[in-house]
Amino acid sequence: MFRYLVRRLLQMVLTFFGATFVVYALMFANQDDPLQALAGERPLTESQRIALTERYHLDDSFLQQYWYYIKGLLTGNFGTSLTGRSINDMLADAWPVTIKLAIIAILIASTVAVIAGVISGIRRGGAFDNVTLIGTLILLSLPIVVLAPLAQLIFGIQLGWFPPTATRDATVYQLLLPALVLGSLVVATELRVTRSSVAENLRADYVRTARAKGLSRNRVIGVHVLRNSLIPVITLIGVDIGALMSGAIVTEGVFNIPGVGFNLFRGIRTEDGPLVVGFVSVLVIVFLVVNLIVDLLYAALDPRIRYE
Amino acid sequence: MSDLNAVSATEAPGQVPTEPRHVEKQNKPRSLAGDAWIDLRRSKIFWIAAVLVVIILLMAAWPSLFTSADPRACSLSRQHQGPSGEAFFGYDFQGCDVYARTIYGARNSIIVGVCATLIAGIIGLVIGLASGFYGGATDALLSRFVDVMLGIPFLLGAIVLAKRLSADPQNNGVVAVTVTLGVLGWTTGARVMRSAVISSKNQDYVAAARMLGSGPGRLMFRHIVPNSIASFVVVLTILLGINIASEATLSFLGIGLKGDAISWGIAIAEAGPYVRTAAAPLVWPSIFLAATVLAFIMLGDAVRDAFDPKLR
Repeated sequence: MFRYLVRRLLQMVLTFFGATFVVYALMFANQDDPLQALAGERPLTESQRIALTERYHLDDSFLQQYWYYIKGLLTGNFGTSLTGRSINDMLADAWPVTIKLAIIAILIASTVAVIAGVISGIRRGGAFDNVTLIGTLILLSLPIVVLAPLAQLIFGIQLGWFPPTATRDATVYQLLLPALVLGSLVVATELRVTRSSVAENLRADYVRTARAKGLSRNRVIGVHVLRNSLIPVITLIGVDIGALMSGAIVTEGVFNIPGVGFNLFRGIRTEDGPLVVGFVSVLVIVFLVVNLIVDLLYAALDPRIRYE
Repeated sequence: MSDLNAVSATEAPGQVPTEPRHVEKQNKPRSLAGDAWIDLRRSKIFWIAAVLVVIILLMAAWPSLFTSADPRACSLSRQHQGPSGEAFFGYDFQGCDVYARTIYGARNSIIVGVCATLIAGIIGLVIGLASGFYGGATDALLSRFVDVMLGIPFLLGAIVLAKRLSADPQNNGVVAVTVTLGVLGWTTGARVMRSAVISSKNQDYVAAARMLGSGPGRLMFRHIVPNSIASFVVVLTILLGINIASEATLSFLGIGLKGDAISWGIAIAEAGPYVRTAAAPLVWPSIFLAATVLAFIMLGDAVRDAFDPKLR
């Protein structure tokens, strides 16, 4: 376990520098005049230009600039947006809402996925199984740009079951519909993994033993099979976080939820470069850390998993 | 089975002239692809997906087959008018024919999707093949690179890159989006290719070819690639669907196609604010986009099931 921990942490360090480097390189590829972009339409005088070049280290080499960027990230300083607000402040405002949204989404998605996955795993090839398989296929291929506006139109506006937009302090009720939309992004893969791992575990020796010693069917499935089937589902959370982040940008934009995704959405719309880069960097770091935790959790939960 | 055929054909060539040929046709050793094709022909999902794909490709190639209206002929006097015999889906905020714009929107989606998938396919093929075939340090280095790329959630990377590439306001963004999706989307393909190459590299026929003196180039492209390409192609089919969805998402966010480009993503974004007055401009592009993505993902799914029956 200890060796695995060390290996995984070292890998994390490599991925962290690699991923931030790629993001930074992508951002600086093909950039012509960042100072003019900062100033907008206004002409810049020569002295302003020199001062700004000095301030943003634009004369330094690419690697040196990358170093300044990394230093900012590691000390928790993500810069300021073009509107002059510190990105740390904006993040502090936005995180609670997004975390609330993500938790509701994950709760809904995993409840549905586990219940439906267990049922279709037990009755493989049955009617329920076939319907859920087709359902997951359709869910997998519904792009979030289709799902979010259509859900808002149908359930928020036409049927009026849910509030179509959220207010500044979003309540759980206001977040319910967006969370459903967001959850449907991840429910399909979770369901499929639950289904196949339940079907696999049902054939395992320990299930036969449990049956043979006279345990009831409910106990065998509810305790023995379910516990072992949930392990691969947990690892999916790491992947899910990536999907949720991408989904949150569109969903929060459509439903007007003042979270991280909404800020990013608005930053893209208003061409606020520093804001976009700051937020993307933070999200990439969150993604990496969550994946690290999930991997460690996986190794702790399943003693059979040992990486060398 | 083929032995049996050979025997019956040589022993009794003239007795039953039609029978042996028939038997031979039935029992001819089938290739993996042949097997898969027989499975595919029985799959309903495959046929639904194939029909959808053909319709969409027709729409992209000859949109005028489906509509005689000009998608760029807009007039504010017709703003948000309902459906009629002239415009089946009504008119949008700008007074453009929603049906015509939806039909013409297929072209950009397909162009971006196909070209981005080709770029991703070439990068994935080269990297997967190189790291699987050479192994060792090359493999270690390339695999770490793939790990790093996977550390960036796709849409976040795409936002940063597309924002940079599409900075020029004169441009309609087709090239920028294509490059963005291609450069970021190759990782899954490379991983799949790598493991397929590793498993077919150790087969006997590769060793035989090597002993006969084939160089690495011939080994790779004549022997290994044809035998490990199947699952890679499946990944690319699904990626095509994902790329079309991502193009729409980027266009929706305002960093994909823009200007006067006709795109489902733009249409959805533009219809959003007016959805209370007119829902059709939002609903129809959404349905077409979803159907297109669904068609490619279903196609990939059906082909994968046919090639790999274990997964079912």
